[in-house]
Amino acid sequence: MATTIFRAIEAKGGYYALLGVCGLFLLLGAFGYFQMEHHGHVITGMDNQMVWGMPHVIALFLIVAASGALNVASTASVFGKTIYKPLAPLSALLALALMAGGLAVLMLDLGRSDRMIIAATHFNFKSVFALNVFLYTGFFTIVGMYLWFMLERRMNRWSSAAGMAAFIWRLTLTTGTGSVFGFLIAREAYQSALLAPMFIVLSFAYGTALFLLTLAATCAAARRPLGGMVVQRLKNLLATFVAASLYFVAVFHLTNLYFTRNHGVEQFILVDGGIISGVFWIGQVVIGGALPLLLLLAPGTTLGRILVACAAIVVGGLAQMYVTIIGGQAWPLDLFPGYAASSSFFDGEIHNYAPSLVEMLLGLGGFAIAALIVIIALKVLRVLPEKLDDAALLPQPGE
Amino acid sequence: MSDHTRRKFLGAAGLTGLAGSGLAALAPGVHLISLAAAHANGASSKVRWGMLVDTTRCASGCNACVTACATENAIQPGTGRPAQSSQWIRKIELNEFKTGRALSLPMMCQHCEQPPCVDVCPTGASFKRADGIVLVDRHICIGCRYCMMACPYKARSFVHEPLTEQNPEVPRGKGCVESCTLCVQRIDKGQQPACVEACTKNGRSAMLFGDLNDPASEIAKRIATTPTSQVRADLRLNPGVRYQGI
Ligand code: SF4
Repeated sequence: MATTIFRAIEAKGGYYALLGVCGLFLLLGAFGYFQMEHHGHVITGMDNQMVWGMPHVIALFLIVAASGALNVASTASVFGKTIYKPLAPLSALLALALMAGGLAVLMLDLGRSDRMIIAATHFNFKSVFALNVFLYTGFFTIVGMYLWFMLERRMNRWSSAAGMAAFIWRLTLTTGTGSVFGFLIAREAYQSALLAPMFIVLSFAYGTALFLLTLAATCAAARRPLGGMVVQRLKNLLATFVAASLYFVAVFHLTNLYFTRNHGVEQFILVDGGIISGVFWIGQVVIGGALPLLLLLAPGTTLGRILVACAAIVVGGLAQMYVTIIGGQAWPLDLFPGYAASSSFFDGEIHNYAPSLVEMLLGLGGFAIAALIVIIALKVLRVLPEKLDDAALLPQPGE
Repeated sequence: MSDHTRRKFLGAAGLTGLAGSGLAALAPGVHLISLAAAHANGASSKVRWGMLVDTTRCASGCNACVTACATENAIQPGTGRPAQSSQWIRKIELNEFKTGRALSLPMMCQHCEQPPCVDVCPTGASFKRADGIVLVDRHICIGCRYCMMACPYKARSFVHEPLTEQNPEVPRGKGCVESCTLCVQRIDKGQQPACVEACTKNGRSAMLFGDLNDPASEIAKRIATTPTSQVRADLRLNPGVRYQGI
């Protein structure tokens, strides 16, 4: 492989149009946030039963995907797959961008987002949330340094070490994110040790799908044709991740079904949950799992088909977060096993949730932040290789 | 200035503030700091405040404890959906599946010895006072609602909108999480929680409040002699609120 030359993309009309569209979504997100900040969460679909809503669904999706977006870089630097090396900077950039978008949404959905400084100065070290504050800031530092080492020639020799650190860090981070639910001892939907490892596997699929989408879009816009070989390999990788995710989801629910005490909540998620069950089967399993597998594994793949699969995985990922977060809360806490309970506080009732516009806007604003970071960085930094065709990416004979 | 001394200082400032009419507008906010400070000093770890609810004396349809709590702590129904309003205490009606036996009881923060809300709170806003009362420090609560996800008793509420007409002794505010304080402001004056007092006044005396650590207290004696239970005892949180007759 010849030395890769990285070059910033050129800005033409289309570039600014895209920038404008993302900027608009950012503004809409900001509007949603200020509405919530001003009126309080009373204007959202959230309430005292459904305490985490759409912003959490989107934020956690972005955070989990951020860790997975680092796959390509990790494969290059940790597992020594040289074909991915030229793509590693984009992979790290996307990881940072998704993390920033997700965190922004998470922070802005706080009841007291004005007290962010408190979140950064008061720590209860027993809390997974507090631990996550460290994991997230560490992620920015480590992946940021990794990106810098890759882009700055003089620092190149340190990039493998930084890549290794980033790899270990992001696995820890996703474990931490998955564990947020693991500590909710009374919520039946989360009574599984499988949540954290499942989140890691899911992150591989979400991150790789978003990476492929970003890569293809960037290459098309920058007119730098993408080699078929690298797409093919990423496709195989992605198919493996999707299959593994499906496997994990199946094991998760089957093990839950093994414990009689979990039958109620499982029956709810899988069968009786109305929208939740629909989102599970149609969104998470069919659109997010079966369909992409079919698209990726059927003979004669085209780039277009792969990208449709990627988009489906993203939709499936959001569906999965919805089922996990909303579905888990919809099922009432059982304070008195063996009794039917009712109260003015909705004890014993299945809780409903309908997101309001403002919280959707806030969530979409997170996507806009991620997109804007990538778009601007591509222009001001040399992140994308000049040539991405097979000849440029594949190891040359004699190397 | 350490956190502790800062609070003391602010507490003193709060009292001065209360005295000065010019600062009257600030009073509720500052006063609540003084409360947190003054009472944190006062709380003794020798005491463990607790409550015993005799469900056999509690009547379905009686809501005296809930009303008293709302009056004492100035909890009004919100302007949004009912699901968004705060409820520090609520009546739960129970029907046993097997026998059909009906029960009615008040449910509120159980003031656990091992409170999950305190464990998960990222900032330490959720805390347990030396005397066992679990509280939220409204100054460092960021409104993440993780404690609400963690509480097995669904005891916490999130303030969804700006509040008016508050009791200056009871700090509350939009964007923070809150729950039963056992009427800490009354306990510190040597009074009983409002719900307990109302229940007694109502002639039911289904609620008994006292120091679980003091073998001479009525509550300790009752617990030592009658079978009582803790809700979700399987979680091993050792709640300070106990029930009789479940
Ligand atoms: S909502 Fe407030 S008290 Fe509850 S966990 Fe978050 S910071 Fe702590």
